[in-house]
Amino acid sequence: MKHLRPVNQKAKAISENVEAQIAATQEDVVGLQQTVRPHVPMGCTLSFSPGWEVDATGGTAGLCQPVERDIYDCYVTCFWPVQVPDHVNYSPDWASNCAAAAKDWRSLDIIFP
Amino acid sequence: MSGPLTHTYRSGEVHRFAAADQDFIYLVSAGAIFALDGAVGDVLAMLDTQEVSHGDLVARLASPGASSMGMSPADAEDLVRELRLARVIVSDQTVAAPAPAKPEGDYPLQALVLNITNQCNLACTYCYEFGADKISTQAGKPKYMTLDTAKASVDLLLAQSGGRPAVHITFFGGETLMNFALLKDVVTYATQQAEAEGRAITFSLTTNATLLTDPIIEFLADARIGVTVSIDGPKEMQDKRRVYKSGKGSYDVIEPKLRKLLARHRSRAITARVTLSDGVTDVVSIFRHLREDLGFHEVGFAPVTESGEQAYALGEAGMTSVLEQFHQLADEWLEYALRGQMHGFSNVSETIGELVQGTNKSHPCGAGLGLMGVSPSGDLSPCHRFTDADSHVMGHVSTGIDRAAQGAFLTKGHVGAKYECQSCWARPLCAGGCHHEAFVRYGDTGHANLHYCDWIREWTDTCLKIQGTLAVKNPEFLEKFAERKGLS
Repeated sequence: MKHLRPVNQKAKAISENVEAQIAATQEDVVGLQQTVRPHVPMGCTLSFSPGWEVDATGGTAGLCQPVERDIYDCYVTCFWPVQVPDHVNYSPDWASNCAAAAKDWRSLDIIFP
Repeated sequence: MSGPLTHTYRSGEVHRFAAADQDFIYLVSAGAIFALDGAVGDVLAMLDTQEVSHGDLVARLASPGASSMGMSPADAEDLVRELRLARVIVSDQTVAAPAPAKPEGDYPLQALVLNITNQCNLACTYCYEFGADKISTQAGKPKYMTLDTAKASVDLLLAQSGGRPAVHITFFGGETLMNFALLKDVVTYATQQAEAEGRAITFSLTTNATLLTDPIIEFLADARIGVTVSIDGPKEMQDKRRVYKSGKGSYDVIEPKLRKLLARHRSRAITARVTLSDGVTDVVSIFRHLREDLGFHEVGFAPVTESGEQAYALGEAGMTSVLEQFHQLADEWLEYALRGQMHGFSNVSETIGELVQGTNKSHPCGAGLGLMGVSPSGDLSPCHRFTDADSHVMGHVSTGIDRAAQGAFLTKGHVGAKYECQSCWARPLCAGGCHHEAFVRYGDTGHANLHYCDWIREWTDTCLKIQGTLAVKNPEFLEKFAERKGLS
């Protein structure tokens, strides 16, 4: 780091971590990490459904839809290839207790195959 | 739908200080200490009063009129990124740094404090175990630990300490030396058991020194047992409250014994632990006597624990005087350190040891976590100060640790559970302060010790400045503290 000089062990650890993060951005895919940010709704795919698991800062606070909606979305619109219960044949009521996934995703049933 | 994310920055939780013409920050979310250059100072000054958006911040840093700077926009971007990644500044888009995690439920033991007797030949008037504010109930309980209970304690320590290569036993009382015969047997047994597992075990004891004899001193030196002596200073201060039941002072009894102990015992640090109380506030002269006249290696001070109503309490004026003298000794400590010498004032050494590591505590101390107390009957408690207190039993050496009681104690005592601590920059080191002190004062081990917050902050700031000065002028000295915990 150029402007902060670590003077204890914890600061050294943070410094190494920051250096590693900076190095990673320099050699990584830069599509959404450039400093002049593109005018796309960050945190979303272009179809305005979840897909970016983290927002532009690496957290989840800035996603345009709550992360919890991800799993429900996979089930209903069914375009995202992940393992969800078979709601056609065996578990039609899997999500019936879950009206608003962002709030009550904990009510999604556990399915035992 | 959301538009592009823009960061709006505010200052992270930092405590700023200066030492040896250098600006520093103490980063509260981590316990890290950084030296700053002027540009960081300018950013923090800009964010002191208001939040600033990313674009404005970069523009201001890059504007030719700005004080430190006129840096290029690319350099300004780098500076902002560095500060954001280190959490010195935080964005409204950043997830807040979490409080230090609560350790796992089966966190391995590192040390046990064996209360090998609850009997004492002195009757110190401020005693937390027998005095006005006592929380222990000894009636009907064993007065001396038996060898069976002690062996069970050792077995528990070895079994519950996971893969730790070294564990520690502290002998405590009452007056520890009133059960010296047991102490010897425990040292033999514990050493054998640890060796059989290929692990190391170390020992220490706390004593009032009245019962030291030549053979005991020989034994302590040969067995490399660390010794902490509870002593309040020269005769007039020692004899004020550290008295026999008759009221007779104990200084004349211990003085020759201490000189022998300090002359003979060189294999471990011999430290003095002073309790400051009303009228016993002459910190500097107590330190001079114990360190320079008697020759203790380290001398540490703590105000007496009391409910707030006792006549022996320090009081506001006493506390102010104590702090002034602490600062005088802290200045001396720094002078020694700049010459590469150890001064012996534990209150600075201990804090510097934690600052060097960058400690960020989930709990004020290891009580109930890596350390537990064992009463003479074998009851486990969070530490020696809760020995024989029915309200704080945490299992028994024969049946093991009561995980439910331990969990409840640790949940209460977690720094994240103490509301007042959330806005305090000194919480990485203090974490709310002594559980026992809080229980005596507020009736709740999970209560922050609000009666000494200002004092803790002032003391932490003093030690940060010492650390800062040494980081500039004698950084090699600080390296001695890097492994300090492991050596003591």
